[in-house]
Amino acid sequence: MTEALYPVAAIAIIALVTWALRAFPFLLFQNRPLPATMKYLGKALPPAIMTVLVVYCLRSTDFAQYPFGLPELVSCALVVILQLTRKNMYVSIIAGTLCYMILIRV
Amino acid sequence: MREIRFALKKTIPIFFTYLFLGIAFGILMNSAGYGVLLSVCSALFIYAGSMQLAMVPMMASGASLLTLALMAFFINARHIFYGIGFVDKFRRMGWRYPYMVMALTDETYSILCSVEYDPGLDEDQAAFFIALLNQLYWVFGCFLGACAGKFLQFDMRGIDFSATALFLVVVVNQWRQYRSKLPFLTAGTCALGFYLLLGKDYFLIPTLLSCLAALLLLRRPIEQKEGSLHD
Repeated sequence: MTEALYPVAAIAIIALVTWALRAFPFLLFQNRPLPATMKYLGKALPPAIMTVLVVYCLRSTDFAQYPFGLPELVSCALVVILQLTRKNMYVSIIAGTLCYMILIRV
Repeated sequence: MREIRFALKKTIPIFFTYLFLGIAFGILMNSAGYGVLLSVCSALFIYAGSMQLAMVPMMASGASLLTLALMAFFINARHIFYGIGFVDKFRRMGWRYPYMVMALTDETYSILCSVEYDPGLDEDQAAFFIALLNQLYWVFGCFLGACAGKFLQFDMRGIDFSATALFLVVVVNQWRQYRSKLPFLTAGTCALGFYLLLGKDYFLIPTLLSCLAALLLLRRPIEQKEGSLHD
């Protein structure tokens, strides 16, 4: 493959795989009415997926070494407490992120 | 238009995440010797943050197309699960349907599955603008990083925590919304179990598969608690 074509082909193949993954459930049920099981999963899966995503985001935290994941734990706790008490997602996200960015620098 | 304003309001947290992650990607591409056009094309056609960041060093080392395809499959396999709740909704969206499917990133998914639309709003149009705005932020970030990376060397370490914070906020809101806590407990248990068992690089897909299986088994108790599942 020529030098210039390689990055184009690389981006194209990654895009195709990503599209195929995102389109999979839609292609599976293209024109059929959605079975009741899928309707149930459509409601029950989102909270499970979001919980998993939170763990996924924190996966690279090293709890065995200084600072023992404290920036992550403290910032997450702050986000949860703010969201439970103030119920304003902007406040929760901005305060949590600032807290994290400060804590990883001290 | 009210739908655009609503979408702008809902996507502000994503704006910062995508802008800075996009800039990081653009800078990375630039320093690996790839031009602005390639960065923008990646943002337009791949539109997957962690995948794009992972592909740069792989491309730079000349990984084979098969390796890249496999990598894309494993990093993005979680997206298979996102569509499940949106099949009916997106199908009704006409010409916007294919775009909604292709633009279903982690962040767009998390907004769409937690958003409460204002009364009187065209929900389909608002959902479309949420997806579209998010991608615009991403494309803009990637473009900015690729062409002005040299001048944008702020120390933004840790800005990616805004994505974590967003997901956490969504979980807290869902926790209040859902009467059955079983989906959360199942997911938390599976995630921690497989994380300890398989480590950070391999736990995601087994976790999602076991969540799927467990939620199917727990259908009766969850539906009993939830009651109003059939809307």
